[in-house]
Amino acid sequence: MDKKEIEYIANLSRIELTEAEKEVFIHQLSNILSYIEKLNTLDTENIKPLAHTMNASNVFREDKPESSISREDVFINATAKIDTFFKVPKVIE
Amino acid sequence: MEYEVVIGLETHAELSTVTKLFCGCSTQFGVEPNTQVCPVCLGMPGILPVMNRKAFEYALKLAVALSCEINRFTNFDRKSYYYPDLPKNYQISQNYYNLGVNGYMNIEVNGNVKKIRIHNVHLEEEAGKLIHPEEIGADYSLVDFNRAGVPLLEIVSHPDMRNVDEVESYMQTLRKILLYTEVSDCKMQEGSLRFEASISLREKGSDKLGNRVEIKNLNSMKSVIKAIEYETVRQGRLLDKGATIARETRLWDEVAERSEHMRSKEDAQDYRYFPEPDLLPVLIDEKWLHAIKDTIPELPLDRKQRFMEIFKLSDYDAGILIEEKALADFFEACVKILDRPKALSNWIINDLLREVKDRKLDIYNLPIKPQQLAALVEIIEKGTISSTIAKEVFSEMIQAGKAPQAIIEEKKLAQISDENLIELVINKVIANNPNVIEDYKKGKKNALAFLVGQAMKETKGKANPKVLNELLQKKVNT
Repeated sequence: MDKKEIEYIANLSRIELTEAEKEVFIHQLSNILSYIEKLNTLDTENIKPLAHTMNASNVFREDKPESSISREDVFINATAKIDTFFKVPKVIE
Repeated sequence: MEYEVVIGLETHAELSTVTKLFCGCSTQFGVEPNTQVCPVCLGMPGILPVMNRKAFEYALKLAVALSCEINRFTNFDRKSYYYPDLPKNYQISQNYYNLGVNGYMNIEVNGNVKKIRIHNVHLEEEAGKLIHPEEIGADYSLVDFNRAGVPLLEIVSHPDMRNVDEVESYMQTLRKILLYTEVSDCKMQEGSLRFEASISLREKGSDKLGNRVEIKNLNSMKSVIKAIEYETVRQGRLLDKGATIARETRLWDEVAERSEHMRSKEDAQDYRYFPEPDLLPVLIDEKWLHAIKDTIPELPLDRKQRFMEIFKLSDYDAGILIEEKALADFFEACVKILDRPKALSNWIINDLLREVKDRKLDIYNLPIKPQQLAALVEIIEKGTISSTIAKEVFSEMIQAGKAPQAIIEEKKLAQISDENLIELVINKVIANNPNVIEDYKKGKKNALAFLVGQAMKETKGKANPKVLNELLQKKVNT
């Protein structure tokens, strides 16, 4: 994990990091990654990839409408709104 | 240099379910913003999406209709990207085990059938709708999440198209299949059906693919065609100058009718797909697959060919009849009652469709029943009414929704074939036009036509023309 990678990840996550923070995270993430790397020492030659940890499948709901939430609750966590819209920083398409 | 254009299409179709893909919120279009939302489609913490069975089966149905190989094990993946129309910061989609792969669709161009391969068909959730305020200098956008979570089907073709005619046919055929299978309403003006094109050019005769450019923001089929034509010229000019085509995504500007750079391959997004832990995999067994197959109707192109073979209809007529499933169903219901395919097809194409257009009728809810049209054609063939009167009766059938027999009786429109009655009329006409008889006897043969016209006028067009002609001939020649 180097500075370039940390900056790439920060950019993907839309967060800004100070130079000091970058140093901290390079160190922390490197530790986490090398810990996870241990999994690669296992022999998985004949093991099929797992899509889910639960041994279950085919769980559905029927196409029946349920009531949506109240207008107040919709915007309860919103930092900004206009009329019945969420307001967000300008996105350039 | 001469180039060959290589085109692939990516299609998104919103599925016709009543509720969203992972929650019970309504999918109704055009309601007040952010009124059809809940913690699941707003991406609040702690939520658990549960798959809509109907949406999954619709997706499966279309994958089968496009002759895809069905992955018996399929699951869903998180596609991560941060954009304000996506409240969870990831879209639940499919990446590793798409529902259907390696399919194909036959299209028809100038009478020739061409097979377009389908790379994959998969199911995902729709994003919210972004609104950009029109005020100049506005530093914000608005979001409506009513659309977020609506089931969306993505159909990815191989780059098998070589010109805009093929693209047009592909779009029309796919739209018809979506409508025939009833999985999407395909309302482009509501965004239910959308296309993205990828275009590259290569030297004619070469089998190497050039760098492709993706075009987004195509709001109508017309835009797709215009954008491809524009892009073909743009890339051709660059190649002529010896330049290389940059792999990029371009946005189509509908007003200016040109495409603009959006992003290049270098800043392509890193979606970091991984299996969605909140959803369980779906296993598809033979029994389920068979049940789905049974719900797929005969597809438009097959139906057209059958109409041409069995009913001996022309390519043109069959093409019009299969354009809408309801119309093809109507035609077949008529033919089942009365085995006169050509006459019935003519009435539907010439008269019914004209009424549909003039009166803005809904083909899926016609005021006339197949029995009624069949009865009308039968009445004409029996000679009860003339074809001119039949047009009048037909119009009345549409207007009043009545059976033809009732209208003919009510308005006393039945053809007069009674020789005695017709003879009376002829006598009257001859008595009134002695000069014309003179002319005829002097050799002016077309004077007879005048007398026929007069007799028709007397009977308000109801005299059986055959009987009338015969009797008149007899009369003037004796």
